[in-house]
Amino acid sequence: MLLEIRNLKTYFFTSRGIVKAVDDVSLSLDEGQVLGLAGESGCGKSTLAYSIIRLIPPPGLTVGGKILFENTDILELDNDTFRKEYRMKKISMVFQGAMQALTPVYTVGEQLYEVFKYHMDVNYDEAKSLMEEQLKSVALDPSIMRRYPHELSGGQKQRVMIAMALLLKPKLVIADEPTTALDVIVQAQILNLLKQLQSKYGTSMILISHDLSIIAELADKVGIMYAGKLVEIAPALDIYKDPLHPYTQKLLKSIPRLKQKVEKLEFIPGVPPDLRNPPSGCRFHPRCPYVMDICKKVEPQLVEIKPNHYVACHLYSEGGKR
Amino acid sequence: MPKPLIIAENIMKWFPITRGLKGALQRLPVIYARAVDNISFTIYQGETFAMVGESGSGKTTTGRLLLKLLDLTGGEAYYGSIPLSKLSGNPLKAFRRQAQMIFQDPYSSLDPRFTIGASLEEPLIIHKITKSDEERKELVAKILEDVRMIPPEEYTWRFPHQLSGGQRQRIAIARALMLRPKFIVADEPVSMLDVSIRAEILELMRSLKEKYNLTYLYITHDLSTARFIANRIAVLYLGKIVELGNADDVIEDPLHPYTQALVAAVPEPDPELRFKLKEIKVVGEIPSSVFIPPGCRFHPRCPYVMDICKKVEPQLVEIKPNHYVACHLYSGNKLYEEVVKNEKAANVRQI
Repeated sequence: MLLEIRNLKTYFFTSRGIVKAVDDVSLSLDEGQVLGLAGESGCGKSTLAYSIIRLIPPPGLTVGGKILFENTDILELDNDTFRKEYRMKKISMVFQGAMQALTPVYTVGEQLYEVFKYHMDVNYDEAKSLMEEQLKSVALDPSIMRRYPHELSGGQKQRVMIAMALLLKPKLVIADEPTTALDVIVQAQILNLLKQLQSKYGTSMILISHDLSIIAELADKVGIMYAGKLVEIAPALDIYKDPLHPYTQKLLKSIPRLKQKVEKLEFIPGVPPDLRNPPSGCRFHPRCPYVMDICKKVEPQLVEIKPNHYVACHLYSEGGKR
Repeated sequence: MPKPLIIAENIMKWFPITRGLKGALQRLPVIYARAVDNISFTIYQGETFAMVGESGSGKTTTGRLLLKLLDLTGGEAYYGSIPLSKLSGNPLKAFRRQAQMIFQDPYSSLDPRFTIGASLEEPLIIHKITKSDEERKELVAKILEDVRMIPPEEYTWRFPHQLSGGQRQRIAIARALMLRPKFIVADEPVSMLDVSIRAEILELMRSLKEKYNLTYLYITHDLSTARFIANRIAVLYLGKIVELGNADDVIEDPLHPYTQALVAAVPEPDPELRFKLKEIKVVGEIPSSVFIPPGCRFHPRCPYVMDICKKVEPQLVEIKPNHYVACHLYSGNKLYEEVVKNEKAANVRQI
């Protein structure tokens, strides 16, 4: 097992109260596996990612739980060790919004070299061939190294970000909404590229998106988050063919489909809860069509209903009513 | 036959690129970005006309031209029988009441210092529609109910930052409807929202259209939402319409190679269809509208490019009833059919 997260809690201590962005989440990831994390904005999926790479901005703080990466609890490490030995080297990230993620005042080559400068004892010329090779692997011309980010298109910038994340051949890459703000054709190109690179290097990946159809392209395993909680996690096929949690079911039904003519789209009424003061019991109960009395009082636990298919919902407790 | 509401005849919008002082002194020729380059179409009363294309294809510029938020460089657009280029003064103000816009980004399209109520009242004040405060408040409450912000009293005193993205977009829709317009340009109204909220906004737009007898120009880069809401779809590439037809026809039987790529590129929420994505043969990205390729604008990215494509610009031709395409593959026709057939056979084997 490459990554195991146990009861992770990341809270933001704001002046208006504590926002429990990630609240008691546990999951695991094997080597070479792709985990998709889905949920509406504000459900804590990005915060979970930033917790793993330890880049939670203040006033956020990881207050509890363990993140075991190759059996080492990376939350116990001091900042320097983590930065030197783990970030970029073993765990790297493709950030959301490639448009803003690159520094406008440095060339692409300089920004890529910075990764080497910090982690390896090489000069620019030695690193150059490695960088060229990496740029070729993301289907970019190496001459792009002399260019500035504003000279590149959105798709090219995203490819540079991916090249950068893979430079030191990390074992785990976190991709946070890697295709938002890209056009559909470019999005498909980037998804194909991620697919190729993932199988070429055997990298494990956590793919974060609000769009389940993007996750369907890559993920082996899918986790659904709602209001800071993991509500369902299962192999990809199970999630799409037999979703158990009412939230997952609704999410899937609300996607406008291209290949089918739908007369009426379903949607989830209401809005996600305020995480400073989440609803009691099951956090989804105010929006759930199957709500029962118990849902308002008792918080459901993540239980294995079918092999490898975990769900946190009272509908399936006591032998499973449905 | 329904009556045409908007007629665009060879409309053009060229933006001059600044030459700088040095360029001006050297008398360099002015270079233009040809954002919309000579396109014609008609939008009929009561229909939803979708304009689909990547960023840089000129779809937003077209929408703004039809609302006279931008002036035409050439050609003419008509609202009913009124030519837009001649509009000014009071007739222009009257036109503004008839035609409204829903913007893409609900996070920046609402004034952060205005309460929701104030934002919604403003058009009524500008156009002097209501006589008293009570009447205005009543209209605001009614429109909030229409966009399902219930109860309205709870929202009139809120500020935009207190609302979620979906709620803000509903306010943006309410504001566009405030003056009871006939024609609405919706510029990517759901692209900034989560997939789960898109459905709700699209449903709302559809029911409001029935209720108020609206005509939409729906601008998007996403074919799946276009199919859901639109009657007809026009596909734009670098300022030109490359395909135009009924929504179902364009998506189920796309003729232009660009449309085919757009259709193939849409991800489906089904892990079993993963291999489908590999079929995308279109390479690269949309070029700048300053350097438009000669001949067919799509030829540098087209998988079926022929010699003629590099020289002659194809015209929009009706290939099937109400289905238009601008592509040389259909001038001779038979060759193309063969290519497609072989291609399909090859793909079947691959999978």
